[in-house]
Amino acid sequence: MELSEHIKTANVEDVTLRRPFHPALRGTLCVTSHHLLFSNRKDEASWQLLILLKNIDAIEKSVENLFGYPRAVGSSGTITIKCKDLLVLQLEIPGMEECLNIASSIEALSSLESVTEMYPFFYRPSHLTLLGPWGLSTTEQYYKQTERLWDRWRVSKVNSDYSVCPSYPSAVIVPREVDDDKLIRSARFRQGGRFPVLSYCHHSNGMVIMRSSQPLTGANKKRCKEDELLLQAVIDGSELGYIIDLRSAQQAQQARMTGGGFESKSCYRHWKRIHRHHERGKVVQESLIKLVEACSDLSHSVDRWLSKLENSKWLSHVHSALSTAGLVVECVERDGHSVLVHGSEGTDNTLLVSSLAQIILDPASRTVTGFLCLLEREWIQAGHPFQQRCAHSAYSHARLKQECPSFLLLLDCVWQVWRQFPLALEFSEALLLRLAQEVYASNYGTFLCNNEQERCAAGVKENTHCLFQSMLKPDIEEQYLNPLYEPTDLAIWPSVHPQSLQLWTGMFLRWTEYAQNMEEAREEVWSIVKEHRERV
Amino acid sequence: MEHIRTPKVENVHMIDRLTPRKSTAGTLYLSSTHTIFVENSEARKETWVLHSLVYNVERLPTNPSGSPLLIRCKNFHVYRLLIPQEKDCLDVLASLTRLSRPECYGELFCFSFNPNLDKELREKAWGFIDLKAEFSRMGIPSNLWHVTAANHEYRLCETYPSELFVPKSAFPAVIVGSAKFRSRGRLPVLSYFHRDTSASICRSSQPLSGFSARSADDEQMLHAIMKSNPVSELMYVVDTRPKLNAMANRATGKGYENEDHYTNIKLQFVGIENIHVMRSSQQKLVDVGELPAPSMSDFLWGLENSGWLKHIKAVLDAGVFIAKAVAEDGVSVLVHCSDGWDRTAQACSLASVLLDPYYRTIKGLMVLIEKDWVSFGHKFSHRYAHLDGDPKEVSPVMDQFLECVWQLMQQFPCAFEFNERFLIQLHTHIYSCQYGNFIGNCQKERRDLRLQERTHSLWPHLWENRAEYTNPLYRTDHSQTQGVLKPLTTAYCFKFWKGMYGHADKSVASHQSPADCLNAVREESQQLEEELSAHQERLAQLKEKKTSGGRKKTNKLSERVRRPIPIESKLSSPLDYFTATRSEKHSPSFTLPLELAAPPKNGDPDDLSTCSDFESGVADLSSHSSSAGDDTKDHDSDEAVKSNT
Repeated sequence: MELSEHIKTANVEDVTLRRPFHPALRGTLCVTSHHLLFSNRKDEASWQLLILLKNIDAIEKSVENLFGYPRAVGSSGTITIKCKDLLVLQLEIPGMEECLNIASSIEALSSLESVTEMYPFFYRPSHLTLLGPWGLSTTEQYYKQTERLWDRWRVSKVNSDYSVCPSYPSAVIVPREVDDDKLIRSARFRQGGRFPVLSYCHHSNGMVIMRSSQPLTGANKKRCKEDELLLQAVIDGSELGYIIDLRSAQQAQQARMTGGGFESKSCYRHWKRIHRHHERGKVVQESLIKLVEACSDLSHSVDRWLSKLENSKWLSHVHSALSTAGLVVECVERDGHSVLVHGSEGTDNTLLVSSLAQIILDPASRTVTGFLCLLEREWIQAGHPFQQRCAHSAYSHARLKQECPSFLLLLDCVWQVWRQFPLALEFSEALLLRLAQEVYASNYGTFLCNNEQERCAAGVKENTHCLFQSMLKPDIEEQYLNPLYEPTDLAIWPSVHPQSLQLWTGMFLRWTEYAQNMEEAREEVWSIVKEHRERV
Repeated sequence: MEHIRTPKVENVHMIDRLTPRKSTAGTLYLSSTHTIFVENSEARKETWVLHSLVYNVERLPTNPSGSPLLIRCKNFHVYRLLIPQEKDCLDVLASLTRLSRPECYGELFCFSFNPNLDKELREKAWGFIDLKAEFSRMGIPSNLWHVTAANHEYRLCETYPSELFVPKSAFPAVIVGSAKFRSRGRLPVLSYFHRDTSASICRSSQPLSGFSARSADDEQMLHAIMKSNPVSELMYVVDTRPKLNAMANRATGKGYENEDHYTNIKLQFVGIENIHVMRSSQQKLVDVGELPAPSMSDFLWGLENSGWLKHIKAVLDAGVFIAKAVAEDGVSVLVHCSDGWDRTAQACSLASVLLDPYYRTIKGLMVLIEKDWVSFGHKFSHRYAHLDGDPKEVSPVMDQFLECVWQLMQQFPCAFEFNERFLIQLHTHIYSCQYGNFIGNCQKERRDLRLQERTHSLWPHLWENRAEYTNPLYRTDHSQTQGVLKPLTTAYCFKFWKGMYGHADKSVASHQSPADCLNAVREESQQLEEELSAHQERLAQLKEKKTSGGRKKTNKLSERVRRPIPIESKLSSPLDYFTATRSEKHSPSFTLPLELAAPPKNGDPDDLSTCSDFESGVADLSSHSSSAGDDTKDHDSDEAVKSNT
């Protein structure tokens, strides 16, 4: 079925648009295959609002005159559009039929399943070209740039056809002394084939952060010699490594009943296991829904607001993610030991913790380029299932099982770090907000699909543009810079005391007056810094 | 001095609550004004705690390592000491308990505090804030308002200032009659006049209306106030109490205005709770801050349960209501509560901050506090327990006002000339009794105490150091600075004030302050500008002389340009994400809950800048006697230290 067949009414005149904190506007509404376009012509000046249909999380329609007079004069309908970036709009559409048509088109077109029908495959801006390499870096390039890896680590192409681990990239970094056969064996012993691979090597002491999925020990306490050897090779001679298991000890035990499990002390003698409980999947998604709901009710008393904020548990998730990341960093930097991080699947919290740890540890990941490279390496190439996790955001009524705002949680945690260390990160809040928006609906192909294999199959690299590349264009990059950036080589240890963690107002109160004042303050900071630079 | 049982205790440990292993050994000294802890370490870091800032001292059960002593301060700092001998501990406890509770004004620190100003300067300092000038800034006296001598020598009302501004149309008999009909004689007088609309904010205490009483004079007085705003036919009476409380007062012959008896008044209750509710709410909030290792839920639940932010919202709501009436509706407002010196002061001064950009400047806020709080008889000595007295009189009224201003600063980062540090410094000095400004409960008392002759004024001292209290984002031409502030009062706008209550978590965060960085940038810009022009001049000269000096100069210049780099020790000091009891480096025990945020090992960056001042040790106590309150030498207190050393 052609996309255009979903469109029964393409144009409606005299539509009234209501947005928060703006006067209502009248204009023309258009529905295209991928966009909702509202344009308002007042005298000479025209004003347009273009919304990707994919950005629409939920729509609610209310139609007046339901009793039998569909074409009666004055019949009209109202559509409330709730976007994934948390903006809420209202459209008053004259004519009931038009209203229902528009609503059903939006419903159908905003929930397309097929990747190649999505807008990134049609987005062709004049300033970008599809030629040239896609993305910022590859595993091989990363390895080449990271000299400290050369000695003990190698790039393995064992997964070049994605048969060993469907969700891993074609190349991964593993200990030099472990050959591909051992990797294949180890992969069979790990859920989804996600055998332990290198995530980060610390510049000052050469200790590493590895990540994987849970071992499939099962109820019978199965062992895998190659997996044990692989981990032994990671610590190579030093007496201890830490396994940070992102489940409680009890959950890890229970996982054995369904074929999963954990690394037992007797089999991995030089590894010390620490359990930290992290919520996952549906629970986190529901937190987001509750939080957004709490933020959108302006009538709450302070008590009710605080109780709703508490009840959403969102900040608790932020708290545990940052605490565990801090723990990982403490192991690596302070105790000088290598760490393996995993939960069960190793595609969500695992990535969250390992990438946060790198931001705390590694000055290189605190630059704009470094941060985007980190996201590319640790989230996109590492196989975070974006398509499943970000299919819906906080407003949707469709409760699918796979949604989970892990990535948004990462951005929130990074924001907390940024707020605590306003000088240490090269990028600004604007970059985080842009990413939070793009991950749910984008013109670019970066966040499409669930892993490299799927992206290859769909031809994402050949047919879409890369978001990160476009964000790094010099003229665009400036808005993402932190004017106060002052690089430091040291680890930035975030405080995880509850007093130090705050609601990310820039994100969750984005469409309120509150954000407006903050924006003015941001501009003021820039103008002071610019003035200063001019003088210098 | 007679209260000090033991002036010096050795081998005392200052315990860090979050990381007990980071405790430091040192010597404890008791002076007549301060408790001083000097570390045995190389740096001999000193911690000064002013006796008048001590809220209470508590001795915990003796354990094998010694007797723990807990010193809680009125600015929410807590010090934990471990004293080896129980006897010493008891002595320190007894001495401190007595020293921290002066029994008469004469014992207060301000009477012994001597920053070596000569008499002339001291007198000049007291004239720094001139309320007459402030009223004339508002355009008062005018053809409708004038000053009345009715309260000369405090004949009419003991707790009011001697000079009162009233409508010209109110005859002396009306003034006297109105005072008689108001609780403690606190009749309706002008607090703020809004030039743009001619609407005014007046304040008073509750009327003695009971169930049926009325006073023609009081009714005329209100009518005169309404008429002083020529364009309006209406006036609001804002009763800042919850309606139930106001009704209950009627049974004791007080209460609120009967709308039928007064012409064209509209009565509005705004529901700020009384001082007792506020006192216990703040205590709960402080307890939340002291929780040993709270989870996110513990913290949020505790915050909710304290009700503190709810009360802050109520106070701000009152200010917003009044500001809106005055600026948007152009209607004059009379504000009162019961006595008209707590909630009334909060509501009037907040409304003024919202209405008038002047009160958002450093000088302006001083003027406002002097006017609405000091001169109108806010009972500072009672509310902030300057003397050992009735604990039921104590309440954080001013704390709430300062916090409301802080909450506004969060919403309007560019609107205020001062920064958070200024508010915290004000808070400390309201309690510290170091300066004479906040001693006593009303103007008359202060006059009788001859404070201007015997003590010093805080204002010029703050003014001299204003660079430290300046918000870099403030710009007089900014839209947030102009006109009336219209804050959101949605629940999510109210935040926990970490700078004030969050001393448990003195972590890295506060040391990377964007404001400080920006201030540094600004200062540097100015310096650069100056240097540049100086160099240009010299270059011009040198060019003529054709020497090689020029190049050197430019090198120097580029060195200068580098911005202050965050103190390294700061960033590198990790928090403990493991546990509290890790005996050895390589054998952590992971069974205990996560231990949260510990202060950095190496102290504040400020220490680096100030510790040199302290190398001399305690020997010269006199030179330090001026140090503000207690200082662990963090931002809010080291200012005083620097200026006096």
